[in-house]
Amino acid sequence: MKKISRAILFYTLSTLIVVIWLIPLMVAFFTAFKTMDEIFMLRNFWSVPKTWTTDNFKTAWVEGKMQRYFLNTFLVTCISVAVTLFLSSLGAFALAWYKFKLRTTILIIFVAGMLIPFQMLLIPVYRFSVVTGLYDSLFGVILFHIAFQIGFCTFFMRNFMVTIPTSLFEAAKIDGAKAFTIYSKIIMPLLKPAVAALSILEFTWIWNDYLWSLILLQSDAKKTVTIGLTALQGQWISSWNVIAAGALLAAIVPVTVFLIFQKYFIEGLTLGSVKG
Amino acid sequence: MKRNKLTPYLFLAAPLCMYSIWVIYPIFQTFIVSFTKWDGMTKMKFVGLENFQRLITDNYFGLSLLNNIKWMVGFVLLSIPLGLIFAMLMDQKFPGHKIFKSLVYLPMALSFVVIGQIWSWVLEPTGGIVNTFFRSIGLEQLAKPWLSDPKIVTYSLIAAALWRQIPYVMILFLAGLKNVSRELVEAAIVDGAKATQRFWYVILPALRPAMVIAITVNIIDSLRAFDIVFVMTRGGPFYSSSVMANYMYVQAFHNYRMGYGASIAVVQFGITLGFIIMYLLNVLKKEERE
Repeated sequence: MKKISRAILFYTLSTLIVVIWLIPLMVAFFTAFKTMDEIFMLRNFWSVPKTWTTDNFKTAWVEGKMQRYFLNTFLVTCISVAVTLFLSSLGAFALAWYKFKLRTTILIIFVAGMLIPFQMLLIPVYRFSVVTGLYDSLFGVILFHIAFQIGFCTFFMRNFMVTIPTSLFEAAKIDGAKAFTIYSKIIMPLLKPAVAALSILEFTWIWNDYLWSLILLQSDAKKTVTIGLTALQGQWISSWNVIAAGALLAAIVPVTVFLIFQKYFIEGLTLGSVKG
Repeated sequence: MKRNKLTPYLFLAAPLCMYSIWVIYPIFQTFIVSFTKWDGMTKMKFVGLENFQRLITDNYFGLSLLNNIKWMVGFVLLSIPLGLIFAMLMDQKFPGHKIFKSLVYLPMALSFVVIGQIWSWVLEPTGGIVNTFFRSIGLEQLAKPWLSDPKIVTYSLIAAALWRQIPYVMILFLAGLKNVSRELVEAAIVDGAKATQRFWYVILPALRPAMVIAITVNIIDSLRAFDIVFVMTRGGPFYSSSVMANYMYVQAFHNYRMGYGASIAVVQFGITLGFIIMYLLNVLKKEERE
């Protein structure tokens, strides 16, 4: 009996929470499929569309240039994630296996960097990119993302590496295996779960970045989806349906990645215990 | 042997080098810029503490700081208990608990730009769902202009941010609950302790580490809130929803007062520092135990 009443409580409360949680998404979803007439006539955001249309997505994708922004974001995100993970794994390897003077200091610096307010970096990073000619180039944004995310990723992978038994490392050392061989042939294959968790986390974070694209990019052709979406808001001010379609387009990739690889995402957040 | 000593530094060279250029060095530079008057183009002029003195009398900065404190209180007082309740509720392994969790987590996959846009429709005064709801149940007086009334706009923004923050806190607590020994909980049941007592004396103390992390992270996040504010209101109307991060951006990149902007960043950093150190001490303690 007790179990049944607990089950009733669980399902009632959980359903209530989930419904409340998803209302905002339903609002965006319905708006994206409405016709302009309906938006102007009824001016409400919560009702089911009377006539469903997919035209808004076409408008956002082609005229709103989401197509272009998508490609830019895809490029920035994939390259940044791959290079960040590679460089961080090198750093993590050193911090996990070697005892040297600056070890703790470097580790602390990496952790501290991910906690500071971004405003501490804005002006110098902006200046640096203008002076070096990296301003308004996707390459500049990619370099920044890599550098900034190295802190969190190194810390994360290092924490994962120290759980690998030392004997594995020592055995390889006695065999005379070179350090890089140990890293690439023995340690990296064991690191797959950490790499999976980090890739998913970093993918969503970098895909969803707004501030750094805002600071480092200017021309329309270079914009990323988040900046593109705000441009869409400026251009289609009262066409809420087009903006909603754009918002859904901007969300579809990270949401899909999240739903498929949710396990890794949660593991990453739990192990990392800090958010970028 | 000498080679051996160099090896860790060889591995660290590339990551550390990039990190220094884009993260460490800029932190120092921002400190320097905060002591200057600079429009970002002409030569920097050293002005000593002038920027900081001006901050003290700047009402808009005071307002921004106050709003950051509202964010902090709102984040800690709402996301901690709600995150904990969600976690405890959904930690029960009834069939379907995973689906419920996924759906609550969903906002974490969204960009703040998307969240901001969605919530501006939720809170829209005439056709937004919140006001429509209040009107339909006859509470017309509760239907407010959520984003244009200076008195309530900050709370509206915090609500939008909580939509993404609560699931995150929930994940931290779910991880913490895994460490609550089942024996402890069961012993409490055998002892006949009531459910509420079990919660206060058994579960909550065991969740202490998760609680410390959740509170620290919430405070750090609330002090650097930017995107939601910038996307939804740009700090308006009339700076009423401005926060430090947003005010810094406006000063440095809209008004081209880089020196003044840098001084805001430094103050923001100073306030956050205590909490960052708290977090780092936690990490160090873990290090020592290993």
